[in-house]
Formats: sequence, structure tokens, C-alpha cells
Amino acid sequence: MTLLTEKRARRRQHETPKIRGKVHLREHLMGWLFVGPFAVVFLAFLIAPLAYALYLSLFQKKLIGGTSFVLFDNYVKAFTDPSFLSGAWFVLRFSLVSIPLQIGIALVLALILDAVTTLFARFSRLMIFLPYAIPTVIGAVMWGFLYSKGFGPLTDIFGLFGATAPDFLGSDLIFYGLLNVVTWQWAGYYMIILYAALQGVDPTLYEAARMDGAGRWQIATRIKIPLIAPALILILVFSLIGTLQFFNEPQILRYLAAGTIGTDFTPNMYAYQQAFSLANFNYGSAISFALGGIVFICVYAFLFFTRKRRSFL
Amino acid sequence: MADQTSVRAGARRPQHYLPLQILLGFLVIYFLVPFWWVIVNSSKDAPGLFGGGNTLWFTDRIDYLGNLRQLFTYDGGIYLRWILNSTLYAIAGGIGATVLAVMAGYGFAKYRFAARRFSFAVVLGALMVPATALVIPTFIMFSRLGLTNTVWAVILPSLLNPFGVYLMHVYARDAVPDELLDAARVDGAGEVRTFLQIALPLMRPAVVTVLLLSAVASWNNYFLPLAMLSDNRLFPVTVGLGLWQGIASANNSGGTSLWSLIILGSLVSVIPLVIAFFSLQRHWRGGLSVGGLR
Repeated sequence: MTLLTEKRARRRQHETPKIRGKVHLREHLMGWLFVGPFAVVFLAFLIAPLAYALYLSLFQKKLIGGTSFVLFDNYVKAFTDPSFLSGAWFVLRFSLVSIPLQIGIALVLALILDAVTTLFARFSRLMIFLPYAIPTVIGAVMWGFLYSKGFGPLTDIFGLFGATAPDFLGSDLIFYGLLNVVTWQWAGYYMIILYAALQGVDPTLYEAARMDGAGRWQIATRIKIPLIAPALILILVFSLIGTLQFFNEPQILRYLAAGTIGTDFTPNMYAYQQAFSLANFNYGSAISFALGGIVFICVYAFLFFTRKRRSFL
Repeated sequence: MADQTSVRAGARRPQHYLPLQILLGFLVIYFLVPFWWVIVNSSKDAPGLFGGGNTLWFTDRIDYLGNLRQLFTYDGGIYLRWILNSTLYAIAGGIGATVLAVMAGYGFAKYRFAARRFSFAVVLGALMVPATALVIPTFIMFSRLGLTNTVWAVILPSLLNPFGVYLMHVYARDAVPDELLDAARVDGAGEVRTFLQIALPLMRPAVVTVLLLSAVASWNNYFLPLAMLSDNRLFPVTVGLGLWQGIASANNSGGTSLWSLIILGSLVSVIPLVIAFFSLQRHWRGGLSVGGLR
């Protein structure tokens, strides 16, 4: 140990400004050597596709006259297209309801699991997290079965009370049907992140608060929640980005909910349909880009609103 | 997890709160209902499924083996291919993305190189780019290169994991002391050796977390393979089961045998990930708590 410190001290003495210049060049090289491989992938599969999508979205392909440069015509078309607008409106509404619901449940669960330290609590934590290990597609398939009139238990359960089962795949209740699938899928994951953050809090803080006469409820709301605010904001941002891109669940349930979920149900589904069913890549790119714009605006509005930008960006 | 909890339980007295535990019990039932339904109903044959019996309980005929045989032989054993494809995509995408993210996160945390701050800001900005917005242009680029409908079309884009870089950067910054790296250098270790032998062992919890998250992301991916692949022999299991679901819904009467395959197929497809999560949880939970969320 002493040898190391001696060596380091000796190196410090020998370090003259000239040598430091050399060290810096080496540091630049080594830094880029480590970051380089990721940078290549980043340029190839993020920057290049984004630039290309932007380029594509500025053109239009017509039956007569071929492809022509139309500047923002595709965007004007998108923002006046009822299919895109209704899809965007749906995902915005869905985000406003589903995100507070999921994260509220996750927060309550994390607080409970942080306070209750029994074997059953530990078992519950695993079971509640389990749906995260399930691909969203499979989750949607499973709930699709539970909702369906043919195989689902709803008909039997409501039949016991002489009532007709609600049809979560019908146009009236599809919003709630999807809400349930998404909550089931993600609440456990958010719970684990919040729980991990809670476990990182120094328990002596709670002792101190208790000495000052704070009850359990006050400790939870005044100490625990503020201390895990960065984690809360992180998962809020990620769930917002994810929900605005809603695709997998409605795409899968579309088969079961014939007539309820159209091909333009969410903007992502609409972009997929335009690009891959109708081979209209220009308009499809414009829709994805417009959706990306909506995501950007929403995330920045949210971060500005919470004024916690520094905590994670 | 167990050791961490016991240390904390020692520091604080065990707490019971019976009403909260009862609430937890109800929530556990809610989260497990779909699994229970799938486990019960994959034991049934087509008449059992459509016979109108209790959908949350077994029928007299419990036939997992028969159904499994059907699942793995249907259409020339295509289901097994899908599982193997998913495994390939998850392992290749997961390991590739993790190697890149670990190197980049370490580089960003430990070297003051030119354009470092700007590059890192760009990576953070990329967290907000909808991944699916990249699929359409990537598809066109790949089709020009003749790469669509190959395994590369799924694996190459999954190598990109900006969140992994962010997580590794935070973790490397906090868990790897500069003094230790300097000491190794003074002792004559090269940069690469310092990274492999000093820094990497210290970053292990975060490495496991990033590996697991990337592998899960690849395993769960649906939009990308759905767009890129047209040959169903290359499908991952998510796209494959989606395909079956579409076929079975389209011809409700003729597709009855397919429904029992979809139910059992869903059950079988979730088993590998559930095992991976539970067996590795001690490693990855540490990474989430320390690295991700400061």
C-alpha cells in the first residue's frame, strides 16, 4: 500500500506540463476506443435511420409522375388525417389514465413491501414482478383469453349473479380492457425499481424522524417518497415514452376484438399499416416522425413541469 | 436478495401489519390469475376447452403430455424452431448490446476525451427516440442491403441499448474509484488490462442487470421481427404465436385445435425467462438499485 502511494507521489513529481499533453492525447484515444464500437452502432441504427426517415417523410410517391419532393405536405396531411389524430388522441388519453394508475399501484406496493418484512411479503414481491418476465405479446394473448366469451371465466362469474359479463373487447370497454393488461404487465416492474430505491435509503433517517414524533404515514409521505423522487421521475418518463408508442397489445387483441380495434387504433399501428401493408413508406415515416415529435414534446413538458431535469438528464 | 433482506431485517425489527398482508394477498391473486388460467387450460383438449365447463378449473382429462406432443410436432415442429430463434436473438442481441454498453459506459465515465459531454448528451437524448420510429427506415435500409428476412435484421438493431450505456456510466462512475485505476496503471497494467481485471469485476452487478434487460428486450421484441421477417421459419416465438392467434381467430370453427396449441405455447414460452429472472435475481437487483437511479 505504502509502495503504491510512493509510486504515485513520484509520478506526480515527474509530471510536467509537456508530458501531460501526451497523456491527454492518449486519453482521447483510449476514450474513443472504448466508446467507438457503441458509437458505430449508434450511428448505423439510430442516427442514420432517423435521418433517412426524415428524408423519406419529405417525399411523396404518386401513381403518375413518380416520387416528388413535397417538403412538409406529409406532415400537414398527418395532422389533418382523422386516423392519425384519433390514434394520437387515444394514446394521449390512455397515457393520462394508465401511467398514474400503474405508478400509483407500484408506489403503494413498494411502500408496503418496504415496511412489511415477512416471508409472505417477499413471496408477493416475486409474484407481482412475474408479469414483467412475460413478453407483452404473450400477456395480451393471455388476457385476450380471459376476456373472451368462449373460454373466459367472466361469463361464469357474472352468471352466478345473474348478470351478463362485461365485454372488455367491445368498443365501449376496450379502453379498460387494455388498461388492465398494461397495468398487470408493468406495475410489478415499476414496483421493483421503486422498491430498490427505497432499500437504498439510509434507515437511520426513519429513526431520526420517529424521534421527532413522525408517524408511519408521515415517514412514508414526507421522507420516503421525496427521497425516491428521481426514480419516480425516471419511470414516469419511460412509461410515457412507452405508452405513446402503444403497439403490441392492441395489435394482438385486434384479432379477438374484431371490429373494435382498427388498423389505425394507435399512431404506431397506423404507421405500420401505411408502411408494411400499403407500402407507403413516405407517409409511414412521416407518421412515425410526427409521433416522435409528440413524444419529445410530452417528455420535455413533463420534465419542465416537474423541474427535476438535473436529476436524470 | 435474501442476504440483503436479512441484514436489513436485523437492523430493523421484523414488521407484520396484518391488514397490509391481506391486501397483498388479493393483489398476488390478481397478478397470478392469467398464469393460473393458462396452466389449467393447457391441460385440456379441444372438447374440454369448448365444452363450457369451469374455465378456471381442470376437467377430468388432464393431458399435458398429449398437448405437448401436439405442440412440438405441429407443422413440422415449427414451434421448437421459434423457441430456438428467440433464444438465438436474445443471446446474440443481449450479449452484443451488453459488451458495447459496458465499454461505452466505462469510456464515458473514466476518460476525458474530446466531445465526451456532447456525445453523452446525444446518447441521453436517444433514450427519448421511440424505438419503433426507427423500424420503418431501418427496414428500407436493410432491404437495399438484402438483409431483410435474415437473422441479422433482428440481431443488428438490438445491439443498440442507450439505456444500458446510461446505467453503466452511472455505475462505473460511482463504483470504480479513479485511484484504483491510477494505481493499476502505475504498476504497469495497460488500459485494456486495467479495464478487464480491475474495473470489470467491480461493475459486475450492473453488467448482469444490463445483460438481463437487453436479453429480455430482445426476447420480448415484436414490432421489429414482425416488420423485418416474412419467412415464418425465422420468427421468434412472440411473432409466431401472434401468427397462430390471427389464424385461429380468422377461422373460428376450423381453428379449434390451434387454440389449445396457443395456450400451451404461451405457457411454454414464458418458462425460460421466468427461470432466468428468478435464478439471477440476486445479481440483477443489486445493479438496479445502485446504478440506475441516483
